[in-house]
Amino acid sequence: MEFFRDTDIDFLGKKWYFLTVTMVLFVVGMVALAIHHGPDMGIDFTGGTQMDVKFSRPVPSEQIRSGLKNANLGDFSLQPIAPGPNEVLISAPLTATSQADLNRNREEIVSVLYQVTGGAPPQGKLDINAVGPETFTNWLLQKDPDGYMGLGAQAATQRYSTIADALIKQRRDVQYGGTFPSFDALSAAPGDAQIAKLAAQDFFLGPFTVRSTQSIGPQVGSELRDQALRAVLYSLGAMLIYIAFRFELIYGIAAVVAVFHDVLITLGVFSLARLPIDLTVVAAFLTLVGYSMNDTIVVFDRVRENLPIMRRDKLSVVVNKSINQTLSRTVLTSGLTFLSVLSLLVLGGEALRGFSFAMTFGILVGTYSSIAVAAPMMVAYIESRNRRLPSAKSSKPIPAAARRA
Amino acid sequence: MRRTLFYKSLFIVGVVIVCLVAVTGIPKGLGWQSWKTSIAGNIHLGLDLQGGSYLILKVNVDEAVAAETNQAQQRLQAALASKGVPYTSIRQPDPVHLPAVIDVQGIPPTRSGEFNAVVEDPTVVGPNYNVRSTSNGNYELVLNSATASQIKDRALTQSIETIGNRVNELGVTEPTVQQHGLGDYEILVELPGVTDPDRVKQIMQETAQLQFRLGEGGPFASEAQARAQYGGVLPEDSQILPGRNIGGTSSSSSATDWYVVSRSSVVSGQDLRDAQPTTDNNGQMEVSFNLTRAAGQRFGDFTAANINKPLAIVLDNQIQEYANIQGRIEDSGRITGTFSRQQASDLALILRSGALPASISYLQDEEVGPSLGADSIHAGIIAALTGFLLVAGFMLFYYHGAGINAVLALVLNLVILMAYMSLVSATLTLPGIAGIILTIGMAVDSNVLIFERIREEMRHGKSVPAAVDIGFRQAFITILDTHVTTVVSAIFLFLFGTGPIKGFAVTLTVGLIANLFTAVFVSRVIFDYVLLRQQGIRGAKLSIG
Repeated sequence: MEFFRDTDIDFLGKKWYFLTVTMVLFVVGMVALAIHHGPDMGIDFTGGTQMDVKFSRPVPSEQIRSGLKNANLGDFSLQPIAPGPNEVLISAPLTATSQADLNRNREEIVSVLYQVTGGAPPQGKLDINAVGPETFTNWLLQKDPDGYMGLGAQAATQRYSTIADALIKQRRDVQYGGTFPSFDALSAAPGDAQIAKLAAQDFFLGPFTVRSTQSIGPQVGSELRDQALRAVLYSLGAMLIYIAFRFELIYGIAAVVAVFHDVLITLGVFSLARLPIDLTVVAAFLTLVGYSMNDTIVVFDRVRENLPIMRRDKLSVVVNKSINQTLSRTVLTSGLTFLSVLSLLVLGGEALRGFSFAMTFGILVGTYSSIAVAAPMMVAYIESRNRRLPSAKSSKPIPAAARRA
Repeated sequence: MRRTLFYKSLFIVGVVIVCLVAVTGIPKGLGWQSWKTSIAGNIHLGLDLQGGSYLILKVNVDEAVAAETNQAQQRLQAALASKGVPYTSIRQPDPVHLPAVIDVQGIPPTRSGEFNAVVEDPTVVGPNYNVRSTSNGNYELVLNSATASQIKDRALTQSIETIGNRVNELGVTEPTVQQHGLGDYEILVELPGVTDPDRVKQIMQETAQLQFRLGEGGPFASEAQARAQYGGVLPEDSQILPGRNIGGTSSSSSATDWYVVSRSSVVSGQDLRDAQPTTDNNGQMEVSFNLTRAAGQRFGDFTAANINKPLAIVLDNQIQEYANIQGRIEDSGRITGTFSRQQASDLALILRSGALPASISYLQDEEVGPSLGADSIHAGIIAALTGFLLVAGFMLFYYHGAGINAVLALVLNLVILMAYMSLVSATLTLPGIAGIILTIGMAVDSNVLIFERIREEMRHGKSVPAAVDIGFRQAFITILDTHVTTVVSAIFLFLFGTGPIKGFAVTLTVGLIANLFTAVFVSRVIFDYVLLRQQGIRGAKLSIG
């Protein structure tokens, strides 16, 4: 079973088609970026507050939006989080330039959420959906619903903390995802209808639970931005040096241009899809820089191997043959890596959404660019260089490694 | 050939066993539960998977410098007063923005010699300050930058220690408190599995400056009233501080009363040997403390000399207690107030762990709740399994028998990766799981390279063993190249990234390095075995699709 047996597609001949496609993608991406005033940088880079909130009952997002707008939180964004209808991601970038109290943003958002879900929490009662195991154990010790105090304080503490841990683990589990919808859920634990009844008196059912928060000051944000940019640039530089060393400078430049092209287009697509760029997305870009080089190197490797064998053919013919020979391998490996990151995109959860999208799209573009950008560019440059030096004996550069072989 | 193959296989089996043991540990029993707990014990989960807090704090070290300058200022005032040298004012003009500056005004020119002598005296101000005469009779004293740096560094180290103490006392498992970055006086705090992060942050943040001072007047209903008692101008060494809930002018328990107290403290927080929450006879919570011997002596003398005068217990510039000294108090005492059990316990904890030399601000604050962590693990494992099945399935479908080879190599690759994580106690984060999934995709890359080359050679008529040989040899260089580029970018990621990203870089790098071993060495051994069994059969075939 073989997909690509002895293909002979004239890739380089089609380079104008490829160029057009690239240009189109480019323009679309740049337009999207322009419309949205640059890439949508996540909280990691702008600073601000981000909260993942899960409601025990669905709340219409319009209500939340208007509540947040009234609280003057600036340019906030509200995104529902799959799979449930009850979970949203609220991002509020910092409006102040000074080192404002990070907690204030959070408290404001929380009070808006209470408003929207029906009023402030009752005074003097604890939130059963937010209580920690220590506090709950202490409460159990106080109320002593199972009479363990008779066994002595230490034994009682042990037993009650086991019960508390079990209940809180239950609350945490995928079924509830952090919020008990009613006090009856508490009686699911063995023999604890008593507990459920007593809890209903002293606790209230928090209408939502904050599953994660991030507060980042502006200083940290801009530091990260600089670091991210530097990391990408250094990475590209290192690649350039490595490939120039293994092959020839023009090979290195062509490869770097291809990767650059990939990153820019992926950025444009991110803007199109309204996805924010956070730290993990930059990590994905950096990985792509390395990965996109792979395909390019495989083609160049084959070219280097074929040059001494096909001395009488034009460079473009050699490169075409090399691409065809490696086509099977290129498509297969990209396809397999694509399969694995696709499963990450579909099944991997919200936290890695940006990352998996960047990887998935990046792999596609990276493979495409090795054939459609790196190879043609390298050939075009070398052929034009040869035209300018008609006296040169050898019309093709033989990379150092092949020359020695 | 047979013998080398045997040794090679033995080596591989050995590696497998070592890795399995590294991952699972020595299980206590044979049941599935005990295996699961063993594995769970060895794999260290990151904050985004087990829940917890990740904080970056900034120590406002300028406050420590300002505090030191303040003390120098007080010593200067006292020394000049004792020598009878008059002055108009000695103050810190801007303790917030210029913490190292003391401004002296109005020294009569005839006494300037004495002034300089006092300033140079190391017990008063000393050589750490540069003295500059700004105009006739006015001087500016500035703490030199070397000493200022020392103070700042000390403030940072002390803050790290104090916060570490507090966090440890709270019983957080495996917390991390360490310096973050270079030179910016930032602290990184990681608190895995913390379920009440607000309480923890509250405790970390309290500066807890405890001071015992002589009371001079009060309670007054307002600051203005207090000042009026002294004709509108407070003496230099007095200070007006608020106190709540200590029953003064108003019957309401939440009113704020104002008291005049001395600026200098006879005993402070660093003189505490221990502090514990206790109850008094009425069941009210209070905090009882013990002083060190030296401080106890000082305190004893002080209280004996000031019987029937009020003693103010000041916590973070708030008056906690204001009561008359009944008799000599040596080395133990109590702080009363309307504490709940939790509050008394927390205050005792803070006092025990020492005071923060400067206040801290939060630069970054991330909390992941345990429910989100559990979800993430769930999602990550399912994605990884699906990715693995898809890839393995395809390899079997496309390469038939050789596909089994690839799948075995892949499984071994993952086992080695998990073993490494477990041996090094590396932290597994959600991006780390993504790294594992990416490794799955990229690991078979090597196998594909080799298998495609073998197929090509076979199509050109080479015999099976020759094709296998050429395939592995030719492909190896390319495999090396591709692995190097990905690993190089992973190294940059590791250098630049924060915790979770570092986790990704680590799993990707180790996975790829392990892949060099499994895809080249192990796959070759398996092929050799298969070929061995066909030796002598003419027209040997290879199931490679």
